[in-house]
Amino acid sequence: MKSIVNSEALSRRNFLSTTATLSAGTIALLAGNSALAQGMAGNAAADVGILNVALGVEHEAINAYQLGAGSGLLQKPVLDIAVSFQSHHKAHRDALIATIQKLGGKPVEEKKLDEYAKALNAASLKSQGDVLDLAARLELGATNAYIGVIPAFKDTALAKVAARLAADETMHWTILTNALGRPLPATALSFGA
Amino acid sequence: MQSVRLSLVVTASFMSSAWHINAHADAARGKTLYESRCIGCHSVDASRVGPLHRGVVGRKAGSVKDYDYSPALKTSKVVWDVTLLQTWLTDPEAFIQGQRMGYSVDEAKDRVDLAEYLATLK
Repeated sequence: MKSIVNSEALSRRNFLSTTATLSAGTIALLAGNSALAQGMAGNAAADVGILNVALGVEHEAINAYQLGAGSGLLQKPVLDIAVSFQSHHKAHRDALIATIQKLGGKPVEEKKLDEYAKALNAASLKSQGDVLDLAARLELGATNAYIGVIPAFKDTALAKVAARLAADETMHWTILTNALGRPLPATALSFGA
Repeated sequence: MQSVRLSLVVTASFMSSAWHINAHADAARGKTLYESRCIGCHSVDASRVGPLHRGVVGRKAGSVKDYDYSPALKTSKVVWDVTLLQTWLTDPEAFIQGQRMGYSVDEAKDRVDLAEYLATLK
């Protein structure tokens, strides 16, 4: 599975940070200060926390498109586009899992399809427009969520990852908005604000 | 005595300023902001990536049934009100260390309107 972060950059950064962290952490442990030793991993833990929220968003998006594709409400070529977008979210998921594991974290697990169906009120979807509207709302929310967490990352390589994910979600939202016959934003800088 | 008077003036000025902001809180605008910024993780009536929001004002932090909160939220003593929600949205990690929300809201007016909208979800 491929990490979403440039492998060489992350290895170099991890090597440097791990070396520094272990040295200082070992000193803290030897000094009997376990709280300080645990705190040394705080930056990576914070980043893993944000990545896991992102992974939760991706799990939900995959299942939302699954619900849409399996609803029988989508006609070609909309169905093909939905399946294509779902494949993007699967790639996001795989990359996030690889990155979380590389950072030493435990990826959040996907829930059952029924749980997503209930939380997203899938029973209320009665037409192709309903499915597209739900997808567009989730994609816009994901776009803004990814833009919103960029400043929170301690590692700038991960901030770039969030920007790349946001770009994909924006592309999805734009296509869905067009399919719904809705106007594009009238003003600039409408995302993330 | 003069410092007490000055303190009272500053306090009154702050309260006036806070009242001024809340007096112009716009729940309808807050709803629009919620639909674009929060909906990626939250819903009003269902917990998703984040916990559901109906009834958030007056609720103890970390107490929505069946939602898997961070230990930091679970053990928090916070009971949400409009002011605390604004503080939370300013910088969640600064407010409750160890929580999981990496998202914050930069503009004070946006925080005011979002909190005002959340307060309508009874």
